[in-house]
Amino acid sequence: MTQLQQLASTNLRYAVKTLYKNQLIFLGREYPKGEKYFRDRCHHAFMKNKDETDPEKIKELIGRGEYVLKELEALYMLRKYRALKKRYYDQ
Amino acid sequence: MALRVLVGVKRVIDYAVKIRVKPDNMGVVTEGVKHSMNPFDEIAVEEAMRLKEKKIVKEIIAVSCGPKQNQETIRTALAMGADRGIHVEIGGKEYENLGPLHVSKIFAKLAEKEDINLIILGKQAIDGDNNQTGQMTAALLDWPQATFASEVTVEDNSLKVVREIDGGLETIHVKLPAVVTADLRLNEPRYATLPSIMQKAKKKKIDKMTPSDLGVDVTPTVETVRVEDPPVREAGQKVETVEDMVAKLKEAGVV
Repeated sequence: MTQLQQLASTNLRYAVKTLYKNQLIFLGREYPKGEKYFRDRCHHAFMKNKDETDPEKIKELIGRGEYVLKELEALYMLRKYRALKKRYYDQ
Repeated sequence: MALRVLVGVKRVIDYAVKIRVKPDNMGVVTEGVKHSMNPFDEIAVEEAMRLKEKKIVKEIIAVSCGPKQNQETIRTALAMGADRGIHVEIGGKEYENLGPLHVSKIFAKLAEKEDINLIILGKQAIDGDNNQTGQMTAALLDWPQATFASEVTVEDNSLKVVREIDGGLETIHVKLPAVVTADLRLNEPRYATLPSIMQKAKKKKIDKMTPSDLGVDVTPTVETVRVEDPPVREAGQKVETVEDMVAKLKEAGVV
């Protein structure tokens, strides 16, 4: 179980806030298309589900957020790797 | 086995930032520019971490030489999993002209002082592109070196290292203690800058010292004469007809 899933089992509201502010928005600061681009879209995605009350559904949505976190990390890593490869290794 | 590892982490201008040369052509603009850990040093820290997870390494010490801001770079290394940090404070004129020779002297002294068995460094930094620190550190300590490593395996009291060389790979054995420098394909570094992880790193210790504490002279030995932008590629031209093209080519003296 991830830290966030543990959090979600006790305090759903806090888990969603942590996911949004401490994790997604934080990672979004380095988004290639700019911080604002990412924040607007992320905010929109959260607002779309703001009226969700079913705990199971909310947990599922948190899971989706965690997936996006992993994707972002992978994107940043690949972007850096490609930049270095292009600069130092392409003949 | 319980190795004590020293990793060097350099604070450089972030790889994604467009570098601008100062108007006086004596350096590049660093004020107000995003800095981060040298990507090759991230790979070095990651390799040390993987050896620690295999219980081969006991302690990882992250070292950085430079001004106060270098502490952020050390924190990043601590967040990735290094056990403690050493910040060798160098500022002003001395930092501007700090070269691989000075840094390798500092690393060599620290290796003796901290009873280090293995030094892992990035093969080069993306700012100076010197590719000298690892080699010189090994020379100063009279230790074997395994540069451009793309695979490291620990065997008893030695390392088996696969090196990236022109057009292929070379496998070598080096006795410990040794210096290893990381190439791009050694591993994929973990991402460790989430607030929760950084918070934990804040509790780890960073020792502060100066080059004179270690008896290292950092008087500049190299003088920067001039820094210039690389030549800009000239824009092409569109021509309407074949005749125009032939005329242009004749003008350029190629036909």
